[in-house]
This record gives sequence, C-alpha cells and structure tokens, in this order.
Amino acid sequence: MSTDTATVEQPTSFAFSAENQQKLKGIFAKYPEGRQASAVMPLLDLAQRQHDGWLPRAAMDHIAELVGLAPMRVYEVATFYTMYNLAPIGKNHLQVCTNLPCWLRGSDEVVETCKKKLGINVGETTPDGKFSLSEMECLGACVNAPMMQINDDYYEDLDAASTAAILDTLSTGGTPKPGPQNSRKGCEPEGGLTSLTDAKGDA
Amino acid sequence: MLKDSDRIFQNIYGFKGSGLDAAKAVGDWDGTSKLIAKGREWLIDEVKSSGLRGRGGAGFGTGMKWSFMPKETGGRPVFLTINADEGEPGTCKDREILRNEPHKLVEGALLAAAAVGACAAYVYVRGEFFREAEALQNAIDEAYAAGLIGKDACGSGIDFEMYVQMGAGAYICGEESALIQSIEGKKGQPRLKPPFPANVGLYGCPTTVNNVESIAVVPTILRRGAKWFASIGRENNTGTKLFCISGHVNTPCTVEEAMGIPMRELIETHAGGVRGGWDNLLAVIPGGSSVPMMPKALCENAIMDFDGLREHGSGLGTAAVMVMDKSTDLIKAIARLSQFYAHESCGQCTPCREGTGWMRRMMQRMVTGDMTIDEIDLLHDVTKQIEGQTICALGDAAAWPIQGLIRHFRPEIERRINDRKASDAGQAA
Repeated sequence: MSTDTATVEQPTSFAFSAENQQKLKGIFAKYPEGRQASAVMPLLDLAQRQHDGWLPRAAMDHIAELVGLAPMRVYEVATFYTMYNLAPIGKNHLQVCTNLPCWLRGSDEVVETCKKKLGINVGETTPDGKFSLSEMECLGACVNAPMMQINDDYYEDLDAASTAAILDTLSTGGTPKPGPQNSRKGCEPEGGLTSLTDAKGDA
Repeated sequence: MLKDSDRIFQNIYGFKGSGLDAAKAVGDWDGTSKLIAKGREWLIDEVKSSGLRGRGGAGFGTGMKWSFMPKETGGRPVFLTINADEGEPGTCKDREILRNEPHKLVEGALLAAAAVGACAAYVYVRGEFFREAEALQNAIDEAYAAGLIGKDACGSGIDFEMYVQMGAGAYICGEESALIQSIEGKKGQPRLKPPFPANVGLYGCPTTVNNVESIAVVPTILRRGAKWFASIGRENNTGTKLFCISGHVNTPCTVEEAMGIPMRELIETHAGGVRGGWDNLLAVIPGGSSVPMMPKALCENAIMDFDGLREHGSGLGTAAVMVMDKSTDLIKAIARLSQFYAHESCGQCTPCREGTGWMRRMMQRMVTGDMTIDEIDLLHDVTKQIEGQTICALGDAAAWPIQGLIRHFRPEIERRINDRKASDAGQAA
C-alpha cells in the first residue's frame, strides 16, 4: 500500500520467530540447489505476517542475507509488488475492488460506506490503527461483484448495508463470515442452478 | 445447451467439497497411470487432436505448445509452470478450479508433466488468492500422501513434484516470461522472446507455461478421448469452456458451456438475462478487459468462440463476459480500464510506461468532455503507436479498449465534448 517510507520509524533489527524458522526450511526445500533467490517472495510475505502486516527495512536486509542477494535486489522486489506494505498498516486492511465489473455493480457505494463509517479516505488508516482503506485492481471474483478483500478473506456480493455490517462486526472485535453476503455459496447463479442441477442432491 | 454429463467441472460450484474423496467421486484420478503408460507421444497427440486451445486468453494450441518442448535437454531438468495469476478484469474462473476442483489441476499437472518430460510443476497463484492456494496445497498434500504424485507417481514410474508459489499483486506476472522471472525471485518484468520458455525458461531450463483451466481439462480429455472433446463446438474452436458473466445481468455466474454458444443464449440461460431485458443492453466486453467492446448490434448474433468473436472485431480472451446496460457511462468504464493498465504497466518499455499514463489522463479528461474533437484522433493515433511496440501484450491490451470505444461510440464522445463546450460557454456568458 504505502511506499512512503521516509517518515516511517524503522526497527533496527529483525529476526524470524522460532516457528517461522521452521517454515523457512520448508520454503527453501521447494527450489533446486542454488536457486534460493526464489524464496525471496515467500520470505517477504512471512516477514510481513510476523511484523504486524508491514515490512521494515531490517526485515528486507535480513532476507537478503538469508538468500544471498544484494539488499537492493530485495528492495526491488518489495517495491515492485503491491502486496508488500513498506509502512505500518491497519489491523484490518479493507481492499475494495473498484475495477470495471465491481464498479458496474456498485463498488462506489462500498467505498463510500467504508469512508463514511470509518471517517478516512482511500489510502488512510484510522487513528486507532484498526482499519486501512485501499482501492484495488481486479481481485478475480467478478461474478460476485462488488467485493472487497479484508486481510486474507474475500467478502463478496456486497452492498452498503452488508458492508456496514461487516465493519460493525470488525469494530467490535468479531470475525464476519467471508464469502458472498447474500444467499449464494460461491459463483453459482443466485436463485437456482442453470447447470449441474443434481449437484446439490449429491452433497 | 451443453448436457450436464458433458461438463468437465462437475463440482465447479463446490457443493461436493474439494478433497480427494470428493474428487474421486466425480471421476478424478481414475486410471491415471494407464494414461501415462501410453507414452509421451500419445499424450501430446491426443491433446493436439482434441483441438484444445489455451484457456488463458491467447488461445494457442496446448498440444502444439507441448510439442515444442525439446526431447534432448542436455541434462537440464524440464519444468511445468501453471499460470494461476488470474487478474484480467472480469475473469474469475481459475479461482473456482483452485478452490473447488483442485485435484483436476494436480492430476492434469502430472499428465502434462508426463507429456513434456517435466520433473516438477510450479503453480504461480496470485497473492490475493490466499484461500484458493490453501485449497490447492491441501489437494497437493493429499495427492502426495496417496502416492498419486511424488516418487513413482500413481505407480507410473515417473517422479513428479508439485509446488505452490504465491505472487504478490502484479497483474503483469500473468505474462509467461514475467511469471518465470517472478518465480526466480525477481521483479515480474517480461523479457524478449526468443528464446522461448520451451528452450530457456525457469532457471534457464526448458519450461512450458499453461493456464490453470488448460491443465485442469486435460485428464477428462484423455479419459473421454480427443474425439469427444472435439465433437463439442466447431472446428478450431472445440470443447467446453468456463464463462464468467458479470456486470449488468440479473444473476451473474460462472458456468461451463460449449464453445460457440450464442452470446445471447449464454447470458439469458445462465445469467438471468440483461438487467431490464435484452433491449436494455448497451455493450458487452466478451473476453476480459483486454478485448474490444461490442455494441449491442454486434452482440445479437455473436458466437462465443475464438473465431466467432474475432469476426466482430473482438476476441474470446479469457471468456469473461462483462455486460453493460444502457445506464452505463461507457467512457467512464473504459477510463477505469485505462487506469488499470497504467497501474499495472511494469515500466520497462517506454511506449507502455509513458503511454498508459498518458492514455489514462486523456480518458479522465474525456469522461468530463474536457477535450477537443481533434484529440480523439490524436488519442487513437497514440494507441496505434503503443500497440505492437512493446515486449509483451500489455501495451496492446491497454490500447484496444480505447480503440473499441472510439470505433463504436465516437458520436457519444463527440456529444460529451460538445455538451461540455456548450456548458462552459454558457457559464462564461
């Protein structure tokens, strides 16, 4: 999200937790001998998850050492991909897709609801650090539009009311149910199957 | 309409669960080792004669692509990479395969690996598909535990490893050479071809890159026979296809249908029709954001396959059908896509890096009519100078939606410019 690292207070060191040390071994085992550089992206992700959702400089330097790359090569990767946060981020990162299919079905309303309820603009974090709001490019759930991603989960078939309900649940420390917020299970047409009509019976 | 018994993805809606038992119940992993035993030539020939064309957008023959893989590699290992970096606006089919039918992908990967002589497959899943990657990893773990992959996979004598690699939010990594760069731990920037991945791919080794759907349909094609697959659809456009119907329809959905289904039938049978009825239709983008839009007049008799849509100046792409009714501000819709391409340009080639940003700014002005009539031609001219001038197709993809808009809706653009001029003049007076 934010790449404005100039003002960020950076910790002086970073180390993987004991649990993540174990995971490192599994990650490196996926690649052929001498190809540890392939582990850069999984390691950045692991570090970000360990460090409250953002990547301090020290973590990138540590990863560069682990995989045997110049730190610059790791910074390049961390700044190229949008999912690496180089500055602190809210506990709940609301990522509203506003690309065409979502826009056609009311993503403006979803963004507005988030802004109004949280009192922040796109690209901002609430003062209590609970929520950050971003507009996203296509998240690949277009037949369940409009939708947003919150941390690792998709919330689909949204409207103003269901968006507000999700935010309320999160505000009180609850976990809203991911997936479609209407009667659908997934990508099937609402109100009755038009194919695979015996599918439900077999379940 | 396609018969249910001819649908490959029997569990695409996920009602039956995604585990190994559920997969076996719908026929996955049935006689896999016998298929492998028929040999590399047979596997490639069967997929070739099925007519399967790549399902990731470009539509290149899958069997043909496999046949380019070198037989002699000079001791280099061979890799299969599977493109699950689904991010073309409108497209959400691979997601359903990953989370509901992951065993089709794992089995397909093994068969594809047997066909091209690959020792391992890397599935590159877009970073946002966290839950989908979990489902796939679970299927891979189940397959290892059951001896279906790994050493002596399915008892076939072949050793085959399969790994999930996560992306981190870059559309461009769906381009095959960028995808390879990304797996290698670099920025996802496409590189010049040749050399093609078949010769110099992942880690400098021969590599084939296939879309998730292309791989996931392979086991069924091999079990039921190339003839069966080729009997659906028409020549050069065979088989079944997952269509994602989004936008202004009553019941958006993903559905597997026969190639060549008429667009109107697809929308009305499965997606509940256009909101407000067929006559309320304004335009359709039939194959993901990178193909030109089609005004209603062209949609009337359009056939949903590669050649059918090309006849109308558009394309099947990923078969992501985005429907826009008469309430849509088409200029704003295309401006949104221009914003997308400007955001996703990897910045490597000047025409794309500078051009996508320039087109975005022009389109933003067009939305408010703050433009001259001459500038429509200038914009069109610039799109023509971006198209074909870049390493990868992102430049083309950014140019085409604008070209489609100008080609079909120029009077609407001129009206907006003239209205703005009139309103500005009115305020000045």
